[in-house]
Amino acid sequence: MEAIILQILNGLDKGSAYALIALGLTLIFGTLGVVNFAHGALFMMGAFCAVTLSRILTLSHTVIDPTQTDFLGNPLKVQVPYIHDIFGQATGDAIIDWAVPLSILFAIPIMIGIGVIMERGLIRHFYKRPHADQILVTFGLAIVLQEVIKYFYGANPIPTPSPEAFRGSFDFGAALGFDPNVIIYPYWRLVYFGFAALVIGAVFAFLQFTTFGMVVRAGMADRETVGLLGINIDKRFTIMFGIAAAVAGLAGVMYTPINSPNYHMGMDFLVLSFVVVVVGGMGSLPGAVLAGFLLGILESLASMSVVIDFIPGINQVIIYLVAIVILLTRPRGLMGRKGVMED
Amino acid sequence: MSKTDVTRRGLLRTGAVAGAGLMVPTYLRAGGHEGFTNAPTGSTVTLGFNVPQSGPYADEGADELRAYELAVEHLNGGGDGGMLSTFSSKALQGNGILGKKVEYVTGDTQTKSDAARASAKSMIEKDGAVMITGGSSSGVAVAVQALCQEAGVIFMAGLTHSNDTTGKDKRANGFRHFFNSYMSGAALAPVLANAYGTDRKAYHLTADYNWGYTTEEAVKSSTEAMGWETVNAVKTPLTQTDFSSYIAPVLQSGADVLVLNHYGGNMVNSLTNAVQFGLRDKMVNGKQFEIVVPLYSRLMAKGAGANVKGIFGSTNWHWSLQDEGSKAFVRSFGTKYGFPPSQAAHTCYVQALLYADAVERAGSFNPCAVVEALEGFEFDGMGNGPTLYRAEDHQCFKDVLVVKGKENPTSEFDLLEIVEVTPVDQVTYAPDHPQFAGGALGTCNPGA
Repeated sequence: MEAIILQILNGLDKGSAYALIALGLTLIFGTLGVVNFAHGALFMMGAFCAVTLSRILTLSHTVIDPTQTDFLGNPLKVQVPYIHDIFGQATGDAIIDWAVPLSILFAIPIMIGIGVIMERGLIRHFYKRPHADQILVTFGLAIVLQEVIKYFYGANPIPTPSPEAFRGSFDFGAALGFDPNVIIYPYWRLVYFGFAALVIGAVFAFLQFTTFGMVVRAGMADRETVGLLGINIDKRFTIMFGIAAAVAGLAGVMYTPINSPNYHMGMDFLVLSFVVVVVGGMGSLPGAVLAGFLLGILESLASMSVVIDFIPGINQVIIYLVAIVILLTRPRGLMGRKGVMED
Repeated sequence: MSKTDVTRRGLLRTGAVAGAGLMVPTYLRAGGHEGFTNAPTGSTVTLGFNVPQSGPYADEGADELRAYELAVEHLNGGGDGGMLSTFSSKALQGNGILGKKVEYVTGDTQTKSDAARASAKSMIEKDGAVMITGGSSSGVAVAVQALCQEAGVIFMAGLTHSNDTTGKDKRANGFRHFFNSYMSGAALAPVLANAYGTDRKAYHLTADYNWGYTTEEAVKSSTEAMGWETVNAVKTPLTQTDFSSYIAPVLQSGADVLVLNHYGGNMVNSLTNAVQFGLRDKMVNGKQFEIVVPLYSRLMAKGAGANVKGIFGSTNWHWSLQDEGSKAFVRSFGTKYGFPPSQAAHTCYVQALLYADAVERAGSFNPCAVVEALEGFEFDGMGNGPTLYRAEDHQCFKDVLVVKGKENPTSEFDLLEIVEVTPVDQVTYAPDHPQFAGGALGTCNPGA
């Protein structure tokens, strides 16, 4: 029982990342009709916004410390961050410690900008082209973005820890009346889950309760009619692309303390996120979120050693097996709408 | 009027013979007049450096390449000579190899066996490389070693830690300076027993590929011999990035030690996740919970940040060693590049020098002469103390370093501290040890 509760908890944060990426993917597909294979790269770019901000905050000048020596026996060059000079050591360290949450503010305008440039600069030229062309060009773009990041940041993972206050883990077992030390869960993963719920809620509220959102939903349902009413739907869809990029970017920013980011992290999530979109139903926002959490939890449960002992390798194929079963029984996915990708 | 007497049968026969001739790989035809593949004829000799220049180990590959460039510089008489001055053999004079200036070509292994074989093949066939060296993965090392055996060139392995490279997949044309999984287990177990006691329950998470298996087996058998019990060993997919679902059940298993048989990105992520789950803050079975990383790499440890503090592991070499060879190498490398070399850089530099020295001593680039010169070769001054290239399996036997993540690092390079230098006798095993069983060295192949 404890093991199952623990794996469900584990599935929640993995599911949160899947849901956030899949939400952006399905938003882009629903509005622009584009299958965006560069979406994983946007997740990775978001993570590197956090890396960049922490590098900016730790920009340093060199002070020679004659009491210590470096590896060549020369006087040690100590790096002192400029932020210490500006705010003093204690405040400077606190700001550096909170680099990841601060990166949210840094990443939103950058990711919206990247999204808009990507859509206006490249993807709009492919609206009338077949899906295969869109997949090829966006996949190519993902590889280019990946290599650019590798050129500037190297191939190794870069540690980007959470603020000190969120390190350590919460003992759910003790709180729920089980033995202590059995169901433990890191604080930052709880933060990630809460953050994902907040972002998902905000996107739904934006689409549901604002005039802009209403027009976008109308455009998703019938683009031509909305256009005939004199509304510049293209402009709104471009903004939605920017918002989808920001959602993926924020998912990446907050993911950095969970796993040290590297240039390849977007690809690791991309394929699974597509499966999530397909299982949830192409074009369905609630479907993407539901499927994200469902597959995240199933993946965690399948990693339990009792399950692996029973069916070896199931942890690596469970998501695809579920996708096959759902597509055979419900070809439109869990919450897919009629007519989407069926022409 | 001339008559051409061409019959259909004759044409087919001629075509078949010509076709068969063309099908013989280029490297079997190259340099045939000297009796071995790619025999250098001019005033230069070409070495092939096959390292990961792209993919997840690209940073490690870049450091290997820096080391090779430094080795070439020293072999050609440039720079401060590095380890040439501390190497016990004095055959190398800084005038190239056998008087021929050393040149090099590079290939990108991408840490994929097929890509590594293709790049090695290209360097042998197109560039005329007489020796291939480098790599940062056992899968790549085993694949390229087999290719070099077939092609008739020497393979000086880079960073490869699986027992199989000099175990069941050993080849006469291949040599490994780097240590292996067995040696890690043998060196680590006594230190672990000393630090954590002999009554421990270990839980292994193992990367699901060849290196993971041999490391798990080595650490399991060494720690069990010390009295530890292995409660579970779970294979994790190589592509796994979030290890939370594998780490969460560890505490429920009753284990009080977690052994992470992971390398590279796997190690960074699994260790980070384990620390996030607060494993190291827990008391289990009345003991402090501990984590062990059998194979450490400073470049990788950097990715895990502060999470490595206090965690035991083993390494082939570390820049903080104070012997003359290590100091000379760190000085050369640090002066040229501005930071200390990694263990991958060290093993590659040493391998390049050992090959060049063997050629000098043999008086020939012929792979069989080189094999003869390297087999049973004893040397010193290369950073690991007295070392033997054992003839039976072409594995180097030398001291092994047990290290621990440093509590108070003074710089981004100062991540590991040496806890113990395990003497070579403690990590030496019989050539027919069960962990190395199967396969045969065979005989050297000069190609041509």
